[in-house]
Amino acid sequence: MGGIRQAAPLGDRVLGAATVLVAALLIVGLAIPLAIMLAKSYQDSRGAFVGLANYAAYFSSPAPLASIGNTFVIGVVSTLVTIPLAFAYAYGIHRSRMPGKGVFRAIALIPLLTPSLLFALSFVQLFGNQGILKDLLFGQTIYGPIGIVAGMTFAHFPHTFIIISTALSLADRRLFEAAESLGTSQLRIFRTLTLPAAKYGLVSAAIVSFMLSITDFGIPKVIGGQYDVLATDIYKKVIGQQDFELGAVVSVLLLIAAVLAFAAVRTVQRKQVAMMSTRAIPYEPRPRRAFDTVMFLYCAVIALAIVGIIAVAGVSSFIKFWPYNLGLTLRHYNFDLAAGGGWQAYLNSLKLATWTAVVGTAIVFLGAYQVEKSRGMTRIRQLIQVLAATPMAVPGLVLGLAYIFFFNDAANPLGFLYGSMGILVLVTIIHYYSVTHFTMVTALKQIDADFESVSDSLKTPRYRTLWRVTVPLCMPAILDVSIYFFLSAMTTVSAVVFLYSTHTSLASIAVINMDDAGEFAHASAMAMVIVATCIAARGVHWLLTRGIQRRTQAWRAA
Amino acid sequence: MQNQGSLLRWMRSLFAVAVCVVVAGHTPAAANTELTVYSAYENDDLKAYKAAFENDNPGITINWVRDSTGVVTAKLLAERENPRADAVWGLAVTSLLVLDEFDLLQAYTPKGLDKLSPAMRDSSGSPKWFGNSGWICAIIFNEAESKKRNLPKPSTWKELMNPAYRGQIVMSHPASSGTGFMYVSAWLQLYGEAEGWKFMDALHQNIARYMHSGSAPAALAAKGEYAVGLGFDVRGSRLKEEGAPIDIILPRDGLGWDMNTMAIIKGTKKLEAARKLVDWGVSETANKLYGSTRSIAAMPGYAKPLAHLPGDMDIRIMKQDFAWAAKHRARILAEWERRYGSKADPKKT
Repeated sequence: MGGIRQAAPLGDRVLGAATVLVAALLIVGLAIPLAIMLAKSYQDSRGAFVGLANYAAYFSSPAPLASIGNTFVIGVVSTLVTIPLAFAYAYGIHRSRMPGKGVFRAIALIPLLTPSLLFALSFVQLFGNQGILKDLLFGQTIYGPIGIVAGMTFAHFPHTFIIISTALSLADRRLFEAAESLGTSQLRIFRTLTLPAAKYGLVSAAIVSFMLSITDFGIPKVIGGQYDVLATDIYKKVIGQQDFELGAVVSVLLLIAAVLAFAAVRTVQRKQVAMMSTRAIPYEPRPRRAFDTVMFLYCAVIALAIVGIIAVAGVSSFIKFWPYNLGLTLRHYNFDLAAGGGWQAYLNSLKLATWTAVVGTAIVFLGAYQVEKSRGMTRIRQLIQVLAATPMAVPGLVLGLAYIFFFNDAANPLGFLYGSMGILVLVTIIHYYSVTHFTMVTALKQIDADFESVSDSLKTPRYRTLWRVTVPLCMPAILDVSIYFFLSAMTTVSAVVFLYSTHTSLASIAVINMDDAGEFAHASAMAMVIVATCIAARGVHWLLTRGIQRRTQAWRAA
Repeated sequence: MQNQGSLLRWMRSLFAVAVCVVVAGHTPAAANTELTVYSAYENDDLKAYKAAFENDNPGITINWVRDSTGVVTAKLLAERENPRADAVWGLAVTSLLVLDEFDLLQAYTPKGLDKLSPAMRDSSGSPKWFGNSGWICAIIFNEAESKKRNLPKPSTWKELMNPAYRGQIVMSHPASSGTGFMYVSAWLQLYGEAEGWKFMDALHQNIARYMHSGSAPAALAAKGEYAVGLGFDVRGSRLKEEGAPIDIILPRDGLGWDMNTMAIIKGTKKLEAARKLVDWGVSETANKLYGSTRSIAAMPGYAKPLAHLPGDMDIRIMKQDFAWAAKHRARILAEWERRYGSKADPKKT
């Protein structure tokens, strides 16, 4: 490292160039494809401008109105079911003295490690016409809104749980002690202290749950039966009828709904004022026997349900021919016998997840670093900031369809990406960009800006401070972002379903295709392989984080 | 800090590799001619067809791109400004006719085309599609479940109008799956439009679900999820072999069918090799191969009977006008959506 002094300006220039690169990536991977898709919705199949004709054609039959209504109903109902369940669960963890909190917390997050379809597959197994628990439905069918909502409740549980959990962890012990010493009843404390403090967290969680529910594609596809929603409509238009223009119309509708929901989340978040003063003391629940027991039982039931539903898929993947031959077999793990690309699909998924984690983390870190720490290039930094927040409001299917339009254009010099692993990596990074970007920005904000000014006054090049100080300090966030990318890439369906090719078929897509072809046991088996992989990845992440925390994060405790 | 530094260097070089890989993308083709062939055939078929073709045509390699019929058709249409396929081998004829409307197919007259049965080739002066094999619209009837529910065994399509079957029948969604559309178009041709729609009105009352895939109805009937699945013969035969308690019924009032076909994509830079592919695809050797796993081969007499099914399928099938079906596809689907599409609530079982 002798020549650092001479190389300094070069290093910083490379850093500057990287900023432009991140901005360019967001423009090419997000802004342009979306713009082209919007344009497509105003064109006929040969590319001529037809104004609102596609919209008129779409709305000419009553079916689309039903789809819009259904999408809304699913969004609202699944939110109304998920939020109270997740709230009570988080409440138990934060406000009671029940045993096993660590286990309960871990189990609540398990659905993040599974493809959301797995829940739908298990529900079919349990409540389908040949299901063991069919009678619990009292003659209702699982194929439809009931199945969709049930599947979504499980699949979206961790997302809402995390948000509510954060809100509940911000409680000032002094307030609660004051209330109790004044003899306030527990119910009143809950109503006047707990709920108002968690209000914004609850609203945020509700909108996030709504947004996830209206844009989810896998669950309605597997268990929705005749209950059409916008997400399955897009798929039907594009894959079933090869009508890309109407697909674009439905995409625009879904995009509008998602953007509205997203705007609502932002408004709520902006209203949230700091509930915690610097002198606050974190809340420590006191033992209350009856309450603790009730909370323990409640959390145990939910945790058992989550583990049980996943176990059902596991068991059904070993059964020879349900329900006529209940012998056990490993045959369904021979994926070469089924649709979807065999074990190669699984290897492709591993490849995609690894590339997404490595490349995605590097890009997100660079983008966040520039937004947070660099000087100059204000315009580009603002652009990154705006574009980084956008993917949150863009449903995966919409992004995927937009990519077909853009990358398959004969005039596009990037056309070689089409059908390659590269386009899958790109779309996955962009699809999950927002959450990772904000995680990274938050981590960077915690590092004092003085490091940069001190390094400037000492004439140390910025990139050296970055390598030597900033990156090591941010290591936990960097690991979090990379595991998030990895898990998302292993389980994602919606963003890649239009973009995979024969040579880049993926495990998560194979689950859909096997279910589609009626190979249900194979589908469960592949879903279980994905779950096992994600659990292993999570284990590695935990070990790495622990190791690094010991070495680089001692300053936090100080 | 020393370790941190090496981790960083490691991440940095990984990043560089990643950029290279993403940029490099594709590797150039090998010295011999590599044909990119899109197909909806199943994996087993692909392996056998590729091996046999390459054995007879040294110097040409097949690079399969396989997916379901809907996806392959969507792909070809999406790529039409910039085609990536050299040929298609194993796609429903109705899909090829849609591609033809966009002028995506290259005309060619292969040697021995006239040996194929007239129903299974393009009889125009400049043929664009070539039949391989056929499959048949059947009723997959679950004996075990039907006994439990006291359902009569149907022998014609029209018997499925019986209210006893309410909520017991599954079929493919004609707007999502080529298989589903095949049934609808066959009924419309069999009974004429007015009576055909009347039949479907009654059938609709009994349908539990319209599935998005072609093979799911047979699989669901085999598992007993529903008693009756409108699915195709090959699939039913295989499920019965696996031990499903089903009967494969060939309705007496008319057997609809669909055809797997091949074609050359217009604008291919490997026209010579693509022609050789079609030459081989209509040959005797190829038809023997088709006939070993399908109930109809394009060359009459080459199909071996499937397990649990009769052998004279090419005589039993109805006369079907695929061009008519392709031409009126959009109108038929719109009418179908108008009549049955807006049904929001699934029928109770």
